[in-house]
Amino acid sequence: MTIALALEQLLNGIQLGVMLFLMAAGLTLIFGVMGLINLAHGSLYMVGAFACAAVAAWTGSFWIGLVASLVAAAAAGAIVELAVIRRLYDRDHLDQVLATFALILMFSEGTRWLFGSFPLYLDIPPLLQGAVALPGGTEYPVYRLAIIAAGALVAFGLYMLISRTRLGMRIRAGESDREMIGALGVDIRTLYTVVFALGAALAGFAGAMVGAIQSVQVGMGEPVLILAFVVIVIGGIGSIKGALLGALLVGVTDTMGRFLLPKLMVLFVPPAQAGAIGGAVASMLIYIVMAIILAVKPRGLFPPAHA
Amino acid sequence: MVEPILQISNLVKNFGALRATDGVTLDLRPGEIHALIGPNGAGKSTLIHQICGTLRQDSGSIRFAGQDVGGLSVAERARLGLGRTFQVSSIAPEFSALRNVMLAAQAKEGSSFRFFNPVMRDQGLIDKAMAMLERVGLTERARIPAAELSHGERRQLEIAMALALRSKAFLLDEPMAGMGPEGSKALTRFLDTLRQEAPILLVEHDMDAVFALADRISVLVYGRVIATGTVDEIRRDPTVRSAYLGDHD
Amino acid sequence: MILTRENLINLILAVALLAIPLIANAAGQPFYITLATRVAILALAATGLNLALGVGGLVSFGHAAFFGIGGYVAGILASHSFSGEPVLFGLSGTNQMWIIWLVAMALAGFVGLAIGAISLRTSGVYFIMITLAFAQMVYYFAVSWPAYGGEDGLSILVRNQFPGVMTMVPMNFFLICYVILLVGIALFAVIRASRFGAALQAARQNEVRVATVGIQPYRIRLTGFVLSAMITGLAGALFADLNRFVSPSMLSWHMSGELIVLIILGGTGRLFGPLAGAALYVAFEYALGGITERWQFFLGLILLLVVLFARGGLVGLLAGKAKHG
Repeated sequence: MTIALALEQLLNGIQLGVMLFLMAAGLTLIFGVMGLINLAHGSLYMVGAFACAAVAAWTGSFWIGLVASLVAAAAAGAIVELAVIRRLYDRDHLDQVLATFALILMFSEGTRWLFGSFPLYLDIPPLLQGAVALPGGTEYPVYRLAIIAAGALVAFGLYMLISRTRLGMRIRAGESDREMIGALGVDIRTLYTVVFALGAALAGFAGAMVGAIQSVQVGMGEPVLILAFVVIVIGGIGSIKGALLGALLVGVTDTMGRFLLPKLMVLFVPPAQAGAIGGAVASMLIYIVMAIILAVKPRGLFPPAHA
Repeated sequence: MVEPILQISNLVKNFGALRATDGVTLDLRPGEIHALIGPNGAGKSTLIHQICGTLRQDSGSIRFAGQDVGGLSVAERARLGLGRTFQVSSIAPEFSALRNVMLAAQAKEGSSFRFFNPVMRDQGLIDKAMAMLERVGLTERARIPAAELSHGERRQLEIAMALALRSKAFLLDEPMAGMGPEGSKALTRFLDTLRQEAPILLVEHDMDAVFALADRISVLVYGRVIATGTVDEIRRDPTVRSAYLGDHD
Repeated sequence: MILTRENLINLILAVALLAIPLIANAAGQPFYITLATRVAILALAATGLNLALGVGGLVSFGHAAFFGIGGYVAGILASHSFSGEPVLFGLSGTNQMWIIWLVAMALAGFVGLAIGAISLRTSGVYFIMITLAFAQMVYYFAVSWPAYGGEDGLSILVRNQFPGVMTMVPMNFFLICYVILLVGIALFAVIRASRFGAALQAARQNEVRVATVGIQPYRIRLTGFVLSAMITGLAGALFADLNRFVSPSMLSWHMSGELIVLIILGGTGRLFGPLAGAALYVAFEYALGGITERWQFFLGLILLLVVLFARGGLVGLLAGKAKHG
């Protein structure tokens, strides 16, 4: 029974990790290629979730909603890049933080304007409803497994894109030498817009997928954004591989910590307090892990070679 | 023989498969200017980084002022009296020339954890800094933000800062770079007097300056010192001529 | 002190902040006194952050942690004073403001030391993200720790006391905050002008140069970060007493962002930048908030325009380019 429960929690952890990877991959790509820190990445996650929920409610199809989320987030990303972000590449990090913080305020209030303050709900598509039996007798929702599969697929696709395609070659060139890529005759401005839109689409996709298991509401993006920051700080900023491993580490550590620590605490403190102390420590666990990793490797597990 | 101020022994530094510093042994003796020359990519920068402490050597030792400094930080080495200038001048751009030198003077006093007395009313510190600016000929420019100083003036400013540290040795990284012929001549004259203050390890591409100033020259090629000797010895050395000077006459 | 244009503006700001509540008090409009108190406290918090960010160039996106810690010190000590139960190790709570201030500064400084010691090993974007993450850690701790209200926060039933002053009278509490703000700004000015301040500024401009003259940038920055955390922590304690309520929202990433915004609106590194920024911010909040529920949208728009086109902030706009001796 406990083993089965632990397995279920482990899967939840992996599912969280996969979603974090989608966020972190975009952030780390944008930082790696353009040197930009984008706080508004969480807003693009929210845009994806709202687009999916609204279109799914309108058409009755989650799948059309999912496509809409990709389109909406990529479009929002491209527009923001063209209007604001490209003025920030040459600025210092403080200006980037402030401008993208301003974008969060505008996205959040703008979304409230359009959709009101109440959360939207997004149903799991019929195809992915139900549960499968896990060894040990518990059941696990098909949809969460689908999220894991989708995330793994995107991770693989991203790997292929970056290592095998022309666009990927340009992205890698952009990461190692920005002047070089200009000299090669690549249109940098277009490349930057494409990379930003790609990162936005990944975030929007994550938002839409998660939207079906949580409520879709304003402010949903920032907690995920901050976790994604933890992921890329652990993984090494600019490293997709680091983002993947960091995301899984954070997802599993967080979920398993919340599951196990209150139980462990019973061994040390009276049961009445164990839940509270265990819960409080569990909520800080990933940050403690981050602190330990940074104490040993200040530039993360997979620091970019050129920095 | 006089004890050298700086003694580098069998220094090795690898970057992956590349051996950037390959068993370098080098010393700097009181009163001398020791020039370090070599073609681009010979590993001069890597060597300087290790002497200053921005890079850690893989093996070998660096002794400075009678002490093994191989494990010390940049700041600790500076405090022992290793004054340096940079290939591209490194200054606090918003501060005036005076405040830049005052920073060095306050560091020399070891007193950066004073929170209350305003530094710009600290006449003792100002006087010390002004004296250094006068020595390098920047008195007139003391109140100008360092960012607005000319290229040559920034070089002078860096030297003033090294002077304010009462350095036991100067490490000058291509001080002639980017200076016009007049500036180079003036700087050469100045460095000639500076050696009485403390010995100079001079990394330089300008051969006129090197031949005019150096007591000894070491030639670095592919991370190795292929020859060390007086100006005449180096001029005559056949390995140097073929490997570096490129003379085939 | 030479009466430069910036000093004149500073003087006007300081006098105006005092005059507005005095007039409001005479006119029987206590609401404006509360607004002015809010300005003073936010300005103090931002002055603390300005030491790290403006002087030291340390873009901390986690100063809400110190602000909130100050707030929770006020709330927790007051609640124990009220209930009579000891806080820790038999130490009792208190409702004396000056003890609360000292404890708030000490605790914020201690947490600042821990966060700074790790975060300052990194720089640039890493530093921004890590300070943000650590502040979030403190936030989640406050949310999940049930003893002091968790997500719901903690009320301070009666405003804490100061010897010889009726703190419940809005004008009196304003004056306390105003005096502390002026002391905080003066302290900021003194530190900035000191040898330590010179080293901290130099570390922002050119870290390599600072190390090359023999000063360890890390130690200088860590000290600056801790001092900065202490000032912001003190402001947090006052903020809790103003609202007579403290909740995890004081610790949120949004609060950290707001503190940076205050500095930028006013002018980075400027002595009175935080006060100008806080006044502007509260005025926006009040004026725009009166017109539209969606005032944060317009705040975002204004902020965006300031960042893109008016980087000197308000003080920069009025007083011209900053001078550095």
